[in-house]
Amino acid sequence: MSFTTFLQQCLTGISLGGAYALIAIGYTLVYGILRLINFAHGDIFMMAGYFMIFAMASLPWFLAIPVTLLVTVLLGVSIERVAYRPLRSAPRMSVMISAIGVSYLLQNLATYLFTALPKGYPEIPFLKRIFQIGGLSASFVTFLTPVLTLVLVYLLILLINHTKIGMAMRAVSKDYETASLMGIKINKTISFTFAVGSLLAGIGSILYFTDRMTVFPFSGSLPGLKCFVAAVFGGIGSIPGAVIGGFILGLGETALVAMGQSTFSDAFTFILLIVMLLIRPTGLFGEKTTDKV
Amino acid sequence: MLTIKDLRVNYGGIEAVKGISFTVPDKSIVTLIGANGAGKSTTLRSITGLVKASGGSIQFDGTELLGLETPEIVTRGITLVPEGRRVFPDMTVIENIRIGAYLRKDDLEPDIEWVYSLFPRLKERSWQLAGTLSGGEQQMLAVARALMSHPRLLMMDEPSLGLAPLIVQDIFSIIQEINKQGVTILLIEQNANMALRIADQGYVLETGRISLSGTGKELLADESVKAAYLGKKK
Repeated sequence: MSFTTFLQQCLTGISLGGAYALIAIGYTLVYGILRLINFAHGDIFMMAGYFMIFAMASLPWFLAIPVTLLVTVLLGVSIERVAYRPLRSAPRMSVMISAIGVSYLLQNLATYLFTALPKGYPEIPFLKRIFQIGGLSASFVTFLTPVLTLVLVYLLILLINHTKIGMAMRAVSKDYETASLMGIKINKTISFTFAVGSLLAGIGSILYFTDRMTVFPFSGSLPGLKCFVAAVFGGIGSIPGAVIGGFILGLGETALVAMGQSTFSDAFTFILLIVMLLIRPTGLFGEKTTDKV
Repeated sequence: MLTIKDLRVNYGGIEAVKGISFTVPDKSIVTLIGANGAGKSTTLRSITGLVKASGGSIQFDGTELLGLETPEIVTRGITLVPEGRRVFPDMTVIENIRIGAYLRKDDLEPDIEWVYSLFPRLKERSWQLAGTLSGGEQQMLAVARALMSHPRLLMMDEPSLGLAPLIVQDIFSIIQEINKQGVTILLIEQNANMALRIADQGYVLETGRISLSGTGKELLADESVKAAYLGKKK
């Protein structure tokens, strides 16, 4: 493998990793605040793909993108409202089962509404422009994804550490009761968290599907599962963890494909998960669980 | 200021508070004392809306609080320093203080200066994570955080729990200082001796009912209180 090919593969891997990272953050944010694995997250990502197809059918891309993101956010927030909020004081297992239910509901709803046949993903002209840097050539989206991911992560960390709503998110994720004694509205804060997670999934979906050209009702299940692994690998609840997990997964998979072992690229993800759980169950940056009385 | 009438609270299937009535006059210090499980914490928690009362009424300056959500009650000027302090361990001292003023939109600096003057130790540790503070410092931080919302009624759930005697004295003298500055205090304590000394009015709670009431001095002198809560023989 020549050096250029190597760089080319790295670029592909980083780009895939960026999209994974954006989705993985959604898992980690929701887990941080609700202690819930939102199994429907991958399907929100898939629905965002369909929303984009329909938005692009009647709108120019610069309107279609905000419309898609808005509808995705509404979907994420409504799922929380309808399927998780009524279970707020129920055992955690009930909420998780509800999440699995929502996941299947979305997949079947998509099959019913849009049929199971893959639908072509619209081309957003400026994202598909081919760029050449040195010997590397790739579409603009490949270069854009990792950069955009890092910018969004930076903004997200600013939001969480330096704004009032971010402070509320951190407080709610630690202690509902004390947070509400501070005057923080718990439900509003949780809705906001779902909105942020869904927005990132929506952006991730545009970047991911632009490279893959088709969407079908199960498009969200494997990427969703992989991004969940990325979040666990990095330490669920940790944003930097989810990002690094996403990039490692993207690079690892691409490396296997490049070596001609594409059959094992999915297996790689789950082997990584098993190894991490055996060695360090809390993940790379996971919360240490210290009990102090 | 606060008038509680026939308050009843069910908690985990049992009636933890069985119809209690008491009042907290403006600018006073009122204490509820009693053993574990007497219903003291449950009473405070239902005043802040953290647990839902099953009957009775809680009136604050004439408005009914029963049925309101906790943030709305906090907006009206009531705050609780919860049992076990419950500071946010991953936030710095200054962030914990700022989050206490979550509902306010005005300038916080004068009040931050004010709580730092009450608790100079916190000022020294402004950038330290709250989880690394000692128990006494965390209690001070919890009080400072509560004061940041400009409460008119400050409620405290066992502020002396698990603290060394000297620190308990500090905390109690600060409670008196805060009261002198015009904040009404409702305090619950197992350390009946300390609580009754600073209280204008005290109530003894036993298994969800008020069994005795009087001024702090009267209760300190009461034989049954002495025997049950102050550990003194007749």
